[in-house]
Amino acid sequence: MRDLLSTEGLDRATLESLLDDGEEFAEVLRRPIPKVPALRGKTVATMFFEPSTRTRLSFERAARALSADTLSFAPGTSSLKKGESLKDTVLTIQAMGADLMVVRHTSTGAPWRVAEWTHLPVINGGDGAHQHPTQALLDALTLRQRFGSLDGLRIGIVGDIRHSRVARSDVFAFSTLGAEVTLVAPPTLLPPDLTGWPVEVARELDDVLTELDAIYLLRVQSERGGASVFPSVQEYRQRFGMTRQRLARLKPDTAVLHPGPMIRGVEIDHEVADDARCLVLNQVANGVAVRMAALFQLLGGERDE
Amino acid sequence: MRAVMTGDDVERALRRIAYEILERNRGAEDLVLLGIHTRGAPLAVRLGRYLADIEETGVEVGTLDIGMYRDDLDQRPTTPLGPTEIPVSLDGRTVVLVDDVLYTGRTIRAALDALADIGRARRVQLAVLVDRGHRELPIRADYVGKNMPTSLDERVMVKIDEIDGAEGVWIEDRPPVEAEGEGR
Repeated sequence: MRDLLSTEGLDRATLESLLDDGEEFAEVLRRPIPKVPALRGKTVATMFFEPSTRTRLSFERAARALSADTLSFAPGTSSLKKGESLKDTVLTIQAMGADLMVVRHTSTGAPWRVAEWTHLPVINGGDGAHQHPTQALLDALTLRQRFGSLDGLRIGIVGDIRHSRVARSDVFAFSTLGAEVTLVAPPTLLPPDLTGWPVEVARELDDVLTELDAIYLLRVQSERGGASVFPSVQEYRQRFGMTRQRLARLKPDTAVLHPGPMIRGVEIDHEVADDARCLVLNQVANGVAVRMAALFQLLGGERDE
Repeated sequence: MRAVMTGDDVERALRRIAYEILERNRGAEDLVLLGIHTRGAPLAVRLGRYLADIEETGVEVGTLDIGMYRDDLDQRPTTPLGPTEIPVSLDGRTVVLVDDVLYTGRTIRAALDALADIGRARRVQLAVLVDRGHRELPIRADYVGKNMPTSLDERVMVKIDEIDGAEGVWIEDRPPVEAEGEGR
């Protein structure tokens, strides 16, 4: 593996090996001294052309736990134009001595462009509404820890699928790992074309609620136009929110996941967010572990150029 | 390929090492055996069983993976990480590292680094099934199943029942393509 850009097309062995290594790094993170020397002398550049705190912090924590140094690039409020200036930025960071780039960008495909320009390995830290592979890895690891395996697991992904790179990444990772994925959303919040998506679709959460082993709630993404397709927050909550009442109807061992940041009272009620079945904090902890695995695998050994 | 230890030889060597460990440490108290992933792990379990039989007491056994501590991550592709399971706090304990082959010493160097990150053992000792020589670092074993002088062109192959479904130690001429997977 040269880069980690998308979960689509990743084979099961590759996914499993990232999760296996992630499991071992999770053990490192539980040690009194949560640090190993694996990437001593390496520099990981985090280049976030779209605001993000959690993902960037998680990558930087992962890099430091592997004894790598970090270079943090944040373009500030004046967003860089695509094209030459992005390319120049990439070449500049490369010339500074980075060994790997983590790229987040509002434009779909930007990390692929970066990977063409640089000889360094690139990790997609989220591009537009397209892909966010390390999110899918941490979600898969969380589910695997909870259920032992994703094989045959029924997972419902609920909400604004259309604008969600998390959903896209999860769908392909989960199904490659053997799960049956159901998208739960009204047509307006589904991608216009689902050709090639290994999923079933349900219109209403209540139709599938009691059959699911795991419910993955998406955030309502107002910044990507997600709010405008729905008349009101109240109506969204009534049809797709994980309310207290719905929590009571779940199978006792159903897991609830959310990529964060949660908007309590919209897609998830307080009582659900604080319930033991809600694995959000496990997801955050696993995020550091799987990012360590990705950095470790991409920076170790000789890569074929 | 010639056989240098049979499965019975391996058992006898381990049993002797168990007695040596007890003699040197005056019993099994405070001992923690850590098998180095992969083949050191079942060897440590067996040593632990012998120690427990002889002393009629339980001995703590765990595993240590050194994949995160290799000094050649630049040169070789990463291999899948193995489990690190530390059964008790190592602080103040005597840790016996267990591995199949002692060769350059780099694996043990990495294991010592890993140990230092995990806890502060009072002392660390090393038990190996085979010492084939050619050290590149100032490292020696405290307990050796068999000293086996080899040439650099030879490859030492260890098989352990729990992993390989067969058991013994063999020496073979290194194939033209550089072999991997042996004790480094």
